[in-house]
Amino acid sequence: MISKHLQSFMRIGMSALFASAVLGFSAGSVMAEKVLRVAPHADLKNLDPIWTTAYITRNHGYMVYDTLIAMDADLNPQPQMLEGWDVSDDGLTYVFTLRDGLKWHDGAPVTSIDCIASIMRWSKRDGMGQKLADFTKSLTRVDDKTFKLVLNKPYGLVLASLGKISSNVPFMMPVRLAMMDAFEAVPEVVGSGPFIFDKDAWVPGAKVVYRKNTAYVPRSEPASYASGGKRVHVDTVEWIYIPDAATTMNALVAGEIDFWESPAVDLVPSMEDNADITIKVIDPLGTQGWLRPNHLNPPFDNPKARQALLHMVNQEDYLRAIIGDEKFWSTCPAYFMCGTPLDTDIGSEALVNQDLEKAKALLKEGGYNGETLILMDPTDIPVLHGASLVTAQMLRDIGAKVEVQAMDWSTLTSRRAEKKSIADGGWNIFHTYSTGADVSSPIANIGISGGCVEKAWFGWPCDRDGPDSLEGLRDAFSEESDPAKQKAIATKLQARAYEVVPYVNYGQWFQPTAYRSSLKGVLISPVPFFWNIELN
Amino acid sequence: MDAIADESLIVRGSLGARVWQYCRRNPTIVIGALLLLMMLIIALLASHLTPDPMKLNPIKRLRVPGEGMLFGTDMYGRDVFARTLHGSRISLLVGLSAAAVSTLFGLTIGLMAGYNRLFDTIVMRFMDGIMAIPSILLAIALVSLTGASVGIVIVAISIPEIPRVVRLVRSVVLTIREQPYVEAAISVGARLPKILLRHILPNTLAPLIVQATYVCASAMITEAILSFLGAGTPPDIPSWGNVISEGRQYFQRAPWIIFFPGVFLTITVLAVNILGDGLRDGLDPRIARQMR
Amino acid sequence: MFAYVIRRILATIPVMGVVAIFVFLLLHLTPGDPAAVIAGDYASPADVERIRETLGLNRPLHIQFFTWAGRLFQGDLGISIFSKVPVIKLIGQRIEPTLALATTTIFFAVLVAVPLGVLAAWKSGTWIDRSVMIFAVLGFSVPIFIIAYSMIWTLSIHLHWFPVQGYKSFLIQTGTGIDGAAIIGIGFEGVCRDSGRSGCGLVPFFRHITLPSVALGLVYVALIARITRASVMEVLTEDYIRTAHAKGLSSRVVLIRHALKNASVPIVTVIGIGIALLLGGVVVTESVFNIPGLGRLTVDAILHRDYPIIQGLILIFAGVYVLINLLVDISYTFLDPRIRY
Repeated sequence: MISKHLQSFMRIGMSALFASAVLGFSAGSVMAEKVLRVAPHADLKNLDPIWTTAYITRNHGYMVYDTLIAMDADLNPQPQMLEGWDVSDDGLTYVFTLRDGLKWHDGAPVTSIDCIASIMRWSKRDGMGQKLADFTKSLTRVDDKTFKLVLNKPYGLVLASLGKISSNVPFMMPVRLAMMDAFEAVPEVVGSGPFIFDKDAWVPGAKVVYRKNTAYVPRSEPASYASGGKRVHVDTVEWIYIPDAATTMNALVAGEIDFWESPAVDLVPSMEDNADITIKVIDPLGTQGWLRPNHLNPPFDNPKARQALLHMVNQEDYLRAIIGDEKFWSTCPAYFMCGTPLDTDIGSEALVNQDLEKAKALLKEGGYNGETLILMDPTDIPVLHGASLVTAQMLRDIGAKVEVQAMDWSTLTSRRAEKKSIADGGWNIFHTYSTGADVSSPIANIGISGGCVEKAWFGWPCDRDGPDSLEGLRDAFSEESDPAKQKAIATKLQARAYEVVPYVNYGQWFQPTAYRSSLKGVLISPVPFFWNIELN
Repeated sequence: MDAIADESLIVRGSLGARVWQYCRRNPTIVIGALLLLMMLIIALLASHLTPDPMKLNPIKRLRVPGEGMLFGTDMYGRDVFARTLHGSRISLLVGLSAAAVSTLFGLTIGLMAGYNRLFDTIVMRFMDGIMAIPSILLAIALVSLTGASVGIVIVAISIPEIPRVVRLVRSVVLTIREQPYVEAAISVGARLPKILLRHILPNTLAPLIVQATYVCASAMITEAILSFLGAGTPPDIPSWGNVISEGRQYFQRAPWIIFFPGVFLTITVLAVNILGDGLRDGLDPRIARQMR
Repeated sequence: MFAYVIRRILATIPVMGVVAIFVFLLLHLTPGDPAAVIAGDYASPADVERIRETLGLNRPLHIQFFTWAGRLFQGDLGISIFSKVPVIKLIGQRIEPTLALATTTIFFAVLVAVPLGVLAAWKSGTWIDRSVMIFAVLGFSVPIFIIAYSMIWTLSIHLHWFPVQGYKSFLIQTGTGIDGAAIIGIGFEGVCRDSGRSGCGLVPFFRHITLPSVALGLVYVALIARITRASVMEVLTEDYIRTAHAKGLSSRVVLIRHALKNASVPIVTVIGIGIALLLGGVVVTESVFNIPGLGRLTVDAILHRDYPIIQGLILIFAGVYVLINLLVDISYTFLDPRIRY
């Protein structure tokens, strides 16, 4: 027996429901908005691409910011925000001129002061930026559209630095934000790029929304890597973060998303026969895997033990285990990536010919006495988890005792920063990977730095004495602008690297991308870009 | 309940007939116990029955179950049959340990709480606090913040289960204490340990055992969920949970990686749950009366 | 009775206090910190240290605790270390899917489980009883993600009856107000209020929420059905039931009016305890079905050590649990006059 009150309440409720249903239907057809729905490879946690080097933030940066110079498909620097530049005959003075029509998202025009401040903030965090700052005598404004860079010594990488394609990218920001501390994230997202970040629609951990910047003036040249015209053909781009790979695949197949940035290679076969889905490798530079030993702790403080690793590693085993399909990987002995100008195989005999007996002997010669090696395994990153398992097995095959410590990537990034001895909780080995855009340049490649405890990246290889050391050769490279001479130096650098072994290259692979076949204009480039794409 | 008057309850005959009679009357206990026993045997004999579960063999990755590979291979070429059988070890270890740890701690704390008023007030607030936090979140937080290892996972799963055991024991203690024969014993000068051993503990045993079986079952599932979410036992030692977790993105391409450990896990959890049900029904006289 | 209610409410305060201290200590005494994650993969150790400094992670523990607790009382749950968005805002964005999922699951579970349990108790000993009980035991023996994946595989991928993933709100824009802002209402199909595009409404809502609710609810159904059966069976043996039969009341009436009402205390109890289970299960379900709710937010925060979010959300979950149990306790006084303290 339902009370009378309840009955009348239900009646009112039903009519409200009905009324709103009618209203709902008649709310009218909204003009069909063109939305590109993307499943990114990670969740966008930080918004400041100068503050963090995370690739997802870099990708976000390309959406909302623009750069003075950008890399084209031949890896040559092209003007992007700049009209052009003039270099003095002695190579010490660069005069940069901005092109017309550049505006920030809040409507204010882009001026040279903004650019100077942005360059300075970037150089405080980025390795190539720091090197540029070391060579800089002054960076001054000439007028609102022109500024001047004066070097104290000739430096061959000025344009390459300002056109750096991967983290940290020297994005331009308004001076009020660029003046802030480089060690704190900027509080607002205001750029001059082809998209505008919709702050109110952002759901951290789930969805990021970008709107087309109708005031953006693209260049006239066709798009080529990060350079050329950034023409946007959609109204909105949504980044929908889906943590589960199988769910993402099913969403793509069902048409619930349009673009999957980094599909798990093992899921590609399930999509290949589907005419609605296109699988393509849009990053031609590829990715390089790094097995990074700790140069501070025994046994890998001894070069012989590190060389043992070269004889132990068989790139095919790694690539097959972690990538699977041969279409997407290739063995490569070059420290600076195969298929690039600096590609060489000098010094690589040990890596290319696996010899477990030799590895075992070298390890012993290097002072290994049966102690347990600590290998940090980030189980939440499948590629690195697989690499860790392969290394552990190989180490055991050469008679070493290994403790595989499982952790997540966040913990690993804290622990790898510690220089403690093994007894105090330190580490011997971890794995990571780096995109070809970063690895292919001896200056941008942070793994090959021999700057010791003070300046080298985690692992701390130490080789800086004399002109033929890693650091000596890297300095020589940066002072050289002739490509032929650069190649010669890079070749010597690789030979030295195979002696010092700052890290072991466990293989090169090419991450495919999956998207609906109805999309047109997906660009080939080492960083995923979302201009130029048309929905159909 | 008048046992003597009910003829069917009188046990007679040879050992075989008696066992058969017991099985017929308590089918659930028997089935549950047998299945659990089978899993325990598998766990103990795993190394002898299968090849190395950790051996990577990238050439043979993602093979369909067939000759030589009963359950197929996973994404690194490891034998799923080996990993499933070996997985029983960790899963059973986690389940049984969590049951043991939570029962032991819960029993101790519950006894003390039942006896000491002050301790009781303070401790019960803590227990309420722990119960208020969803156990999965507590477990994930503990594991991922202190670093994954089998020990930590056991502790992380046990802690949320302790309050329930404490409540159980405490309520038994509080009830028994009121009984006249206990008061009589105290007035005669019986010491606390004797009271505990003679009167209180025996009455807690039955519900504790039942509760322990449920904790064991729940712990095995929680271990699987923790692995699924990325905060479980380290994957170089296979457990059903982490084999399933590693295989989750292959559920369409290579479903055998998830299917076989999943079936084993379900059977074991089912066995323990059925065993618990049977014990509970068998030990509680009132429910027994309901069985026709 | 009033005094009882007040006493119960007051008793929740120390419980929440314990939760707060526990959560805070848990986060700050364990290794690993967000500074390294924020700094990024290629940052130097000096960078990491600078970031720790800026985040205030180097100040003494008790100072950090009292700062946090003080802000809590002002309703400030802190700011996410990564996204710099206030925790309250993050919760606001994500609470709708979780609440909707939890509510539909509870409704589904209770509406299915209670009748099942009563049926099993009524027909106890028959094959109906046995099958219900077997189904119930299976319900909480199969891990939830296995159930979820199996359902997706059969019902979504092969039969196309339900979508594979996602959440669609039941709220739609039903018109524009005088100031141009959208009026939000409930309807069958319409324009979503956040994206301005169509695809929301009751129909899409139910299509998307059905599989997750069923997957999450099955464990709950199993639990509630068992307890219902056990307590109804116990009640059925009581003398007053025999009296009711003797008076000539039909079995159905006896069952519903007398047995169910008297068996309700344990049933309501298990619904309350089950909330904790539910909140835990929500985490897995949101992960598999890609529902952007509080469960995923919490797991993400824990795995990335975003302390303010972890602290805030665990407090909220605990608070909800305490509140529900408070309501359950208070409801006892209506359901069973014998319970008075």
